[in-house]
Amino acid sequence: MTPTPLKFYQIGSFAVGNRLVTADERSNQSDPERTNALTSGHRACQGCGEALGARYALDMAMRATNDQIIAVNATGCLEVFSTPYPESSWRIAWLHSLFGNAPAVASGVAAALRAKGKTDIRVVGQGGDGASVDIGFGALSGMFERNDDVLYICYDNEAYMNTGVQRSGATPPAARTATTQAVGETPGNVFGQGKFLPRIAMAHEIPYVATASISDLRDLEAKVLRAMEFRGARYLHIFVPCPLGWGSASCDTIKIARLATQSGLFPLFEAVNGELITSTPIRKKVQVEEYLKLQGRYAHLFSPTRRDDVIANLQRIADRNIDRYNLMGAE
Amino acid sequence: MLKQVEGSRAVAEVVAACRPEVICAYPISPQTHIVEGLSQLVKNGDLLGCEFINVESEFSAMSVAIGASATGARTYTATASQGLLYMVEAVYNASGLGLPIVMTIANRAIGGPINIWNDHSDSMSQRDSGWIQLYAESNQEAVDLHVQAFRIAEEMSLPVMVCMDGFILTHAFEEIDIPTQDEVGAYLPTFRPRQVLDPGDPVSIGAMVGPEAFMEVKYMAHARMIESADHIARAAIDFKEAFGRDSGGLVRSYKIERAQTVVIALGSILGTLKDLIDQMQDEGISIGVVGITSFRPFPVNELRDALKNCKRVIVLEKAFQTGIGGIVTEDVDRSLRGLGVERSTLIAGLGGRPISTQSLRSYLVKAIDSGVEELTFLDLEIDTVESELARERNSR
Repeated sequence: MTPTPLKFYQIGSFAVGNRLVTADERSNQSDPERTNALTSGHRACQGCGEALGARYALDMAMRATNDQIIAVNATGCLEVFSTPYPESSWRIAWLHSLFGNAPAVASGVAAALRAKGKTDIRVVGQGGDGASVDIGFGALSGMFERNDDVLYICYDNEAYMNTGVQRSGATPPAARTATTQAVGETPGNVFGQGKFLPRIAMAHEIPYVATASISDLRDLEAKVLRAMEFRGARYLHIFVPCPLGWGSASCDTIKIARLATQSGLFPLFEAVNGELITSTPIRKKVQVEEYLKLQGRYAHLFSPTRRDDVIANLQRIADRNIDRYNLMGAE
Repeated sequence: MLKQVEGSRAVAEVVAACRPEVICAYPISPQTHIVEGLSQLVKNGDLLGCEFINVESEFSAMSVAIGASATGARTYTATASQGLLYMVEAVYNASGLGLPIVMTIANRAIGGPINIWNDHSDSMSQRDSGWIQLYAESNQEAVDLHVQAFRIAEEMSLPVMVCMDGFILTHAFEEIDIPTQDEVGAYLPTFRPRQVLDPGDPVSIGAMVGPEAFMEVKYMAHARMIESADHIARAAIDFKEAFGRDSGGLVRSYKIERAQTVVIALGSILGTLKDLIDQMQDEGISIGVVGITSFRPFPVNELRDALKNCKRVIVLEKAFQTGIGGIVTEDVDRSLRGLGVERSTLIAGLGGRPISTQSLRSYLVKAIDSGVEELTFLDLEIDTVESELARERNSR
């Protein structure tokens, strides 16, 4: 496959391709020889976190397999913005079947490859949080439990964005969605509900589980590469802000993702065979308020009256994550 | 090879002889013995190069089949009743994507109330799913139809359901001639998928299609289904040449020459009907039978040909549409249009209710002698039903 020309060269402390490190330590995206799984010209919104996450993840999967991958996609934004017939942004073999069955379809692809002795070809399943934590959860758990040779990636933007921002099982407390509106005594999504799928994946004791964020793309790439070193079921949960659904500025997508990890609300870690092995320490701790106030979905916490009680409850969630995943790097 | 064997076991063995590469299974009665047999054959090493996947639901069974078939593997699964309904979204998707999956339906009623026994409600509910549907009269035909189904599916790039009556066929032990792998190999060509997921030649399968092209895609599915009728007929002719047996095809007539009354049915009840028709003809009654093997595509013209000289048609159905009546009836009426043939419908055997020759005979005699209503439910306990209905009306 022909490489896609490089159009940018990002610098800074979270640099994609730092010129000061040796070539083999640089990011996949900074390599002029890298191929793109997902080409430009697709129909994602400006500032879409999912489009960015998907390209980095799948480009790395291509690199890890020498382009020998097949991707299976759940219904959702990623599927809709990438393949409006007769166009397709995918340069890899790609299959979309339904909303709730991507993990099982991926199992079927893997089974066919095994039957044909083509185990050099690897399978990636992917979907949003709705497809993964809700409607496709049974199929995903089945794929995990059978330990099928599939890397499943969940792009988590914390609600059903493709259908117009409705609550999913991954929507955080207090967040406003079209079905958890910012009205009544407890505006937004309620506390005490929702699930964090990476921990459920770990409970299946599959070879590899990791979380990643588009705010740390080098880490994301490294985790995809690591995931491809294992055979069997692997799960990668990527945090991808959605400007449309979250009511945030398109230019703030990466900033918001960074504030999520630096506040402790979204922990970055890896687990092997169900055991936590690494977590990424917070570099510069921030209060959750810094994260919340950039997003329209939390606007009701700041006006017309400031809800310090709710903000404090959200801070408690971040603090619990910091303890649970040792995010301050304490011994 | 002739064997005294259970219908399900025979189907398992013939499916194995068709060399599937991926089989996915989720248990539901009365289909279970088929996949149990296949799991044993795979585990025992009798079916090398085949993956047997135990999934967590029928929805996933069909989804695994979709992924495997799109990757170019010959793919098989089996289900029934609630299981078929649970996989419906994926059933439509498999045909929409043009994936030649073969699935056995061990026909069983749909709840509630829950009922595990035989009727045709399950596969009839998938009438419009875009799958070819073939109905087996006997276990021998069920076996033979599976061999033909893989060929038809792969020629047309369309999925095929082979429907066999639950328990009546699946659990019946009888002498069955099961084609060997070599015999099947001579009849069934190697699977060459129309489109396949291949990193060396990457394609996108399952794109979103908008109003500007959706009609065309759906029309093509219709045209492909219509064209498949010729392939179904051809598969049966070639099968007879290779195996020496009449199996499959579109419709099969029995003693309809000069018959004034013709009974139309699908599946194993045809055996009972043929016995009865033999007796009635011996008594001088002018009656014959037409069995519909291919329900989708529906053989409108072939059926019209078979019925054009009769006076009266009776459609015997093991399923019905609540609020209207027969399902097959509507299609039969299309075949009869303009012929001036009388038609009535007999709903029988729902939820495994035995269809006795005695009840059938008295219905047919009445239909011939004095006429029957357009819609009749065989052996319905009418007194109980009426009193319950009256009680309900009074409590509203």
